[in-house]
Amino acid sequence: MTVTTRATVPRADPHPTGRHLRPGGRNKTLDRLVGRQPIGIALAAPYVVFLAAVFAYPLGFAVYISFHDYFFAAPGAIVERPFAGFDNYATVLSDPAVRRAFGNVLIFLVINVPLTVVLSLLLANALNAAIRWRTFFRVSYYVPYVTASVAVVGVWLFLFNSNGLVNSVLGPLAPDPSWLVNSSLAMPTVAVYVTWKQLGFFILLYLAALQNVSKDLYEAASMDGAGRWKSFLNVTVPGVRPATTLVVLVATVTGANLFTEPYLLTGGGGPDGASASPVLIMYQRGIEQGNPDIGSAIGVLLVVGVLLLALIERRFVGREED
Amino acid sequence: MKLKFVALLLGAFVFLFPFYYMLIGSLQAEPDPSVSGAFPSAGNLTLHNYSEINSAIDLGRSLINSGIFTGGVILGTLVFGVLAGYALARLQFRGRGLVFNLMLLIQVVPFQLLTIPLYVLIVRSYGLADSYLGMILPFLINSTAVFVFRQYFLQLPAELFDAARIDGASELGILWRVAVPLVRPALLTGVLLTFIGPWNEFLWPFLITKQQDLQPLAVSLSNYLTTVSARAANPFGAVLAGACVLAAPAVTLFIVFQRQFISQGLESGIKG
Repeated sequence: MTVTTRATVPRADPHPTGRHLRPGGRNKTLDRLVGRQPIGIALAAPYVVFLAAVFAYPLGFAVYISFHDYFFAAPGAIVERPFAGFDNYATVLSDPAVRRAFGNVLIFLVINVPLTVVLSLLLANALNAAIRWRTFFRVSYYVPYVTASVAVVGVWLFLFNSNGLVNSVLGPLAPDPSWLVNSSLAMPTVAVYVTWKQLGFFILLYLAALQNVSKDLYEAASMDGAGRWKSFLNVTVPGVRPATTLVVLVATVTGANLFTEPYLLTGGGGPDGASASPVLIMYQRGIEQGNPDIGSAIGVLLVVGVLLLALIERRFVGREED
Repeated sequence: MKLKFVALLLGAFVFLFPFYYMLIGSLQAEPDPSVSGAFPSAGNLTLHNYSEINSAIDLGRSLINSGIFTGGVILGTLVFGVLAGYALARLQFRGRGLVFNLMLLIQVVPFQLLTIPLYVLIVRSYGLADSYLGMILPFLINSTAVFVFRQYFLQLPAELFDAARIDGASELGILWRVAVPLVRPALLTGVLLTFIGPWNEFLWPFLITKQQDLQPLAVSLSNYLTTVSARAANPFGAVLAGACVLAAPAVTLFIVFQRQFISQGLESGIKG
């Protein structure tokens, strides 16, 4: 294939969609209607259908279910599902188990998000400067992230058992009742587990962001007599602020999705609901107990909560981005 | 500099130790939770836990199910995701901006909210419970991978496409013969990114597979963990043996291809 460049075509294409290439005499109105390369519609169609069928429609359907007296019925059966207004929401909000689960997720986020941000930034910063064993470190931090939670949960159960390795190392300092069966320690232990599990992903986000911090700023800081710690606070931290916004947001969404860990690590949210998450309650109410309307209302409340949190976090963390 | 190195070493120990302990625990005949149990002792080593878990949950069958689930998602993402990524990067058509914004929006919607409506639709309306199709459907095209494909197609020089179009090549021909061969590393990144999701996914296959011989390994292992393990002689040993089998493929793939995992997918994602 020969690359015949026309003199007018710039090397770096400002419109990478071939806008400047106009096959002779095309109709401008038609262009406006379907675009210059309407075959793009056909190529993107399967993906659009997928997004509509798996995200947009179920999203609307979740809201619909939550406002109706909805129950499972045999496929094809015509059943009456009357409009219920905010009844399901009232049921959900007056349920102490649900309120406790939302409280638990707040405890989770208060521990998980700051721990994630601080540890991943510090480790990424150290890793960025490391010359020896760089690959080894990257691999070791990322391994928990690529491994199934179901697999590593088994080890944590073993480690944090009442007579597990952690307690036998701690000796008399071991908590009683032990970590995962202690109502005030169960949720924090889950939060630490998830921090450990996900940290590698966030370290990589920060590693990528650190590449974009200008070296000149560090030089300027050291000329001003700033030590290593000062230049970390005054150059690195502001320099990676966009990444911090992303890390906080992703960690929050991950926390809101929490299910596998309380389901397996604390035997279904134990002790006595102290580590139950909203998604776990949504599963129990919605599918196990057959009340999809209640489950959907929990889901909608969860998403509204996450969006509110994300807005608040943006105000605090993402301010200077705008 | 020394301080940083020590911190990194300490971190690496905290990250890797549970994996080491998983392997040791899976090989011990008698579980030993004391500190000395963290070191292998010749008399206490056995492969019995592996045969124990294998007789409880048919590892081969579960691995095949995980493979079909993961393979279906990868295939769907490669075929439809490359088409969509190419269209989003290089073709001017009505609705392109809308599709792109939808793709970004999807990343923020917590998937779990959709669990109940998807369960109602896929299990109740379409009757796809206990089927591979029902398992694969919600994950069929990985949006992150579509995003990565788009970033790579964007980086190709426009002259290539202009020239091919002037030569009269069709868009599909250009995609197949010009664009795809040039972004082969991106395809590998896409496959690796896509692999982790379904291989490790628990909630969705757990919801829609009640038949044991259709469950992926993560689901059968968790069922073993919550129900059967109480009756086994060395439940932790058997669970850890299963955990090793579940962890091994993802960890191996990651170690072999760690360059693709790290440098390309994520950095292009951030700069996007």
